[in-house]
This record gives sequence, C-alpha cells and structure tokens, in this order.
Amino acid sequence: MRTFLVLFQKEFLQIRRNPFMPKLIIIFPIMIMLLMPLVMTMDVKNVNVAVVDLDRSTTSRRIASHIEASEYLTLATTTAEFPLAMQALEQGDVDVIVQIPDHFERDMISSTAKRISISANAVNATKGGMGMQYVVQTIARTLVELRGEKSPIEISELVTIENRYNPTLNYRHYMIPALMIILFILVCGFLPALSIVGEKEVGTIEQINVTPVSRLTFTLGKLSPYWLIGLFVLTVAMIVARLVYGLAPLGSVGLIYLGAALFILVISGFSLTIANFSETMQQSMFVMFFFIMLFMLMSGLLTPVDSMPLWAQHFTIILPPRYFIDILRSVYLKGTTLVDMWQNFAALGIFAIVFNTLATLTYKKQA
Amino acid sequence: MYAIEVNNLTKSYGEVRALDGVSFAVRRGELFGLIGPDGAGKSTLFRLLTTLLRPDGGEAKVDGLDIVKDYLAIRSRVGYMPGRFSLYPDLSVEENLSFFAALFGVKAEESYDLIEPIYKQIEPFRTRRAGKLSGGMKQKLALSCALIHRPSVLFLDEPTTGVDAVSRSEFWDMLAGLKQRGITILVSTPYMDEASRCDRIALCNEGRILGIDTPADIVSNFNSRLYGISSERTFALLEAARAQRGVVECYPFGECHHLVVDEQFDVAQFTASLSDFNDLVIKQVEPTIEDMFIKLMKR
Repeated sequence: MRTFLVLFQKEFLQIRRNPFMPKLIIIFPIMIMLLMPLVMTMDVKNVNVAVVDLDRSTTSRRIASHIEASEYLTLATTTAEFPLAMQALEQGDVDVIVQIPDHFERDMISSTAKRISISANAVNATKGGMGMQYVVQTIARTLVELRGEKSPIEISELVTIENRYNPTLNYRHYMIPALMIILFILVCGFLPALSIVGEKEVGTIEQINVTPVSRLTFTLGKLSPYWLIGLFVLTVAMIVARLVYGLAPLGSVGLIYLGAALFILVISGFSLTIANFSETMQQSMFVMFFFIMLFMLMSGLLTPVDSMPLWAQHFTIILPPRYFIDILRSVYLKGTTLVDMWQNFAALGIFAIVFNTLATLTYKKQA
Repeated sequence: MYAIEVNNLTKSYGEVRALDGVSFAVRRGELFGLIGPDGAGKSTLFRLLTTLLRPDGGEAKVDGLDIVKDYLAIRSRVGYMPGRFSLYPDLSVEENLSFFAALFGVKAEESYDLIEPIYKQIEPFRTRRAGKLSGGMKQKLALSCALIHRPSVLFLDEPTTGVDAVSRSEFWDMLAGLKQRGITILVSTPYMDEASRCDRIALCNEGRILGIDTPADIVSNFNSRLYGISSERTFALLEAARAQRGVVECYPFGECHHLVVDEQFDVAQFTASLSDFNDLVIKQVEPTIEDMFIKLMKR
C-alpha cells in the first residue's frame, strides 16, 4: 500500500512538474466543450432557394415569402425562367429550385392540377436532403394555410410531430455527451501510454524493474492518477455544458460519474497495454490512433450505430465507448436509471477488468 | 562462499551472441572489474545478473540465489546503477532518493550512514531537479539511490563514462570506502587506467572473458619486452616498424607506438634500419593492462 502511494505521488509530481501537462488538463476540456458544439452541427442552415414562378399568383407569392421568412432557407432569387435558376444551381449560388407551374392557383382545387417541382443539389447529401425537406415542409404549411383561409371548414393537420427527450431536436444536446467521451479518450487514452513509453525511453523503467515492486502495484500506480484526472475533466466538461449550453443531466449525476469511473479505467488500461508492447512514443501513438479512429467513428459517438451495416453493428459490441455513450445520452437526455441500463455498466466493468488484467500481465519486468 | 558465481552463461539477441559461455566468481567484499571495449557484453552480463534478462544457457548465482529461480529475492539484495543515467530528471535529488527508498520498503534515513560519504557531496543541491545536475553529481545521486536499501552486492555498469577525470578518481575512492563496509562490487569500465583500482579484473571482448587476475598479475604475465617508439612522422613509423625483424606487434598507444618484440629483436639493428626517421626515440617501457588486453585480443 505504501509503495502504491509513493508511485501515485511520484506520478502526480511528474505531471505537475511538466511545463505543459497541467495546462493541457484544464484548458483542453474547456476548449473542446466551448468550441466543438458550435461547429459540429448537423443542422442545415442557409439553404439558398430559387423560386421559378410561372404562376405569378397570390399563392405563388405566398410560398416565396414563406420561404424567405424561414429560419433555415434563404430566398436567393425569384425568376420566371427555369434555365436561369438551373444556371445558378450549377454555379453553386442556389441549393434548391422550386418551380411553381402555370395556373397553379387556379387548378389547385381540381384533380388535374400540375405539381410543384423541387430540384436540389445533392453533392452535399446532407444539405441537399435536409434542404429539400425544409422546402417541402414550408410549402405544405403554406398550402394548408391557404386552404384554411378559403374554406370555412377547419382542416386539421393530419400529422403531429413531437421530439421526445430532445424537444427542439438540438443537435448540440446530442453531441455534448459524445464530446465528453472524446475528451476521455484523448486524455486518459494517450497520457498513460505516453507516461510508460516515456519511462522506457529515459530508462527509468529499468530502475523500477530491479526493485521488488510488483507488476500490479506499478500498473495501479500508473493508472490511478489518470483516473482522477479523467474525473476532473468530466467535472469541467459538465460545468461548461451546464453554463454555456444549459444542458444539465435529467438523471442522476452519480450515475454519470459511475459510468465515467469505469470508462476511464477501461481506456487507460487499454492505453497501458499498448504502451507495454511499444518501445517508442511513435509506435504507441500510431497504434493508439488506429484504435481511437475505431472508437470515435464506430461507437455511435457521431453517427448512430443503428444505421450501420449489420456486421458493423455486431462489431460495435467489442467497442467500449459504445456502452458509455449510451449511458451518457440516456442519463443526460432521458434521465434513465441504473436499473434500465445495468447491462451497459456491466459491460464497462468487464472491459475494465479485462484491459487492466492485460495491462498488468503484459508489463514485463524481465525480458 | 562467493557473492557472484557465473557458470558458462550465454545470451544471444537474435543472431548476435552477446555472451558466449562466460564463467567467473567474485568473492565476498571484493571489488571486481569487468574491463573491455563497447560491445564486449558487459551490459548484458549486468542485466542478466540483476534479473532484468533471462539467460539462454548456463547459470549464475548472486548472493547464493539463482538468477532464474530466485529472481524476486535477488532484486531486494542488489543495487544496480545502469550505464545510462536513469533516475527521474523531473524529480529533485531528495525526491529521487526517498522514492527509491520507498520502493524497496525502507526509509532514506535508515541508510544514511552508508550513503553519507557520497550523498553529503550533493546534499547542498537536494532540492535541485536531478536532470539539472552535472555529470559527476548525477553519478553520485545514482550511486546513492543504488545503495539506499543496503544491498549486499552492487552492480555498476560503466559508472564513470562521461564523467570528468577528477570526479572519476573521487568515485573510485568512494567505491573503496564501500568495499570497506563489506559490500561486494562488480564494476565495468572501458577505461583501462581504472582497472588498477580493482581487486581483480576480468578482461572481456566480444562476449568472452580473455583473462581474470589481479591487475598486478595481469601485467606481470605479459612476458614480452615492450618498447615505446615515437617520431614526428607517426603513421609512416607505424608501417615501417611493423616490417622489422623481431617485431611481433606495433600499435598506437597515446603519444607513441608500443612495440611488442620477441628474442630476435635488436635495438641497434632496429634503429639502424629506420635511420631515415632522424627524430626516432626508442625506450623500453613497462607493460600496462591495455598492452595485455591487446595481446590477449590478438591471440
């Protein structure tokens, strides 16, 4: 126990003495939490729309003005000639073209009415697709409004929409838990590996190896400082999320800390294992990067696991961040309790045991 | 009983045989030197004896304990100072000392009497970071850390490499002091002049031991006449001298060349045939350990 405390204390002392590390641990989470939610957004804004108005009626003008008023759409131009609009689309000045046919207003009530046609530039699939949807919604709303004005009978909307748990469909609320996990992966995944490989490069590990210190004590001594640092980073990130984005967990904060405590153990145990197999910083960094790519892109942090191909969905079972992102999002947005998510906690617990056992066993005091 | 017994120890790194059947024994309380150039296998031997490496063949005992079976017990009984400075550069002098004391489960104060002669020289700098110490001070700190748990056997791998001449001499005085306290010391060095400070030395080269004896006996076994020759035209002289009758060996040795000769050699005849070196100086010299090393190596 005393040996562990001494190792722990030494590790902390080294982190504190490092001219760069303490700053990184404080500034890094704040920067990521302040900056990334602003730029990482899937909300499509500033969709430029060209209206080709062949009808020139009240209805067509109403549609155009509603497009102009929309938060997401910008009315770039109104013209009577489709080729002009098409040219603008090709030049990239316009993302979506709305063509309102001749006599649209007159024929609107008859069954032979010509249809409004919408063409979108889908090179950026997200922007094209979302832009198209916004336009369709805007037009539909306009038409319902017009019909309501004309007929005395109240026509109710046939579909009502409600987004549960994230009522305003705020993409930031969805991304902030993912950013917290990315922070853990970067801080608790890289630093322990760098610390071990650093000792290998300086040669101090050799001095440790000739002492009677056990492998487990040494591994725990390396692990625990980063465990505390990880929890500190979580606290900073949660405070920023609350103060800047008004996002507070609906569920229990304790559950978040429990999940984080397990996840940090998983990721730093993983990091130590890689360090044990690496001789140089470059080697350990490169291998870590490979796995971090997998963790970030396949665990459902940025894109939902459910929309991956089936084989990839099966593969995510062995990716620890997958379980933690579930926990974080559920507790933050739904207020889920431990009883509903115990499987996720159990999975993290198993990973923590496996990776840290590996880290202990692969640490060789003898070549 | 011996403090270190090495019997036919071998170790290879892939194709390279770093140690090729090395055997020797070190008595208790002896200051034993391993003398040899870089690549002789000295560091490998140290790493085997301190249980950082496992041997491929042969066996060795340290303090009566087998280096393979009893490696855990050995670690708390030996002190090791690697060739490269390997303490924490970002910890201070006293932090390093108490850190290593704690790893061995002792308190630094308990061993103070043992390390005092060494540590008191760096004590004024005890709050300085180890990385900011001079070469000589680093070496003293490393020795203090290696001694903190009162080891019975001390392994010092090239402790004086990269240290100035005065500090080197001081260091050997410290080792003599430790020997007085009954600690067995195995020390390696590439400097032949330090060999005379050891009780016994083993000359090693390319993974083998060429000879083991006291420094005085190693020299007295030289058994050949040895001359030192010099001239302004150093290199031409070396070539010319090698061609003369009775010359077994001629090699550069500091400012002059050393000439190993057999019974056919005649000084007058030698000077006569090298008359175009008008500044030629020749005088008989006493052989040194280095001469013996070269002789054994060429054999």
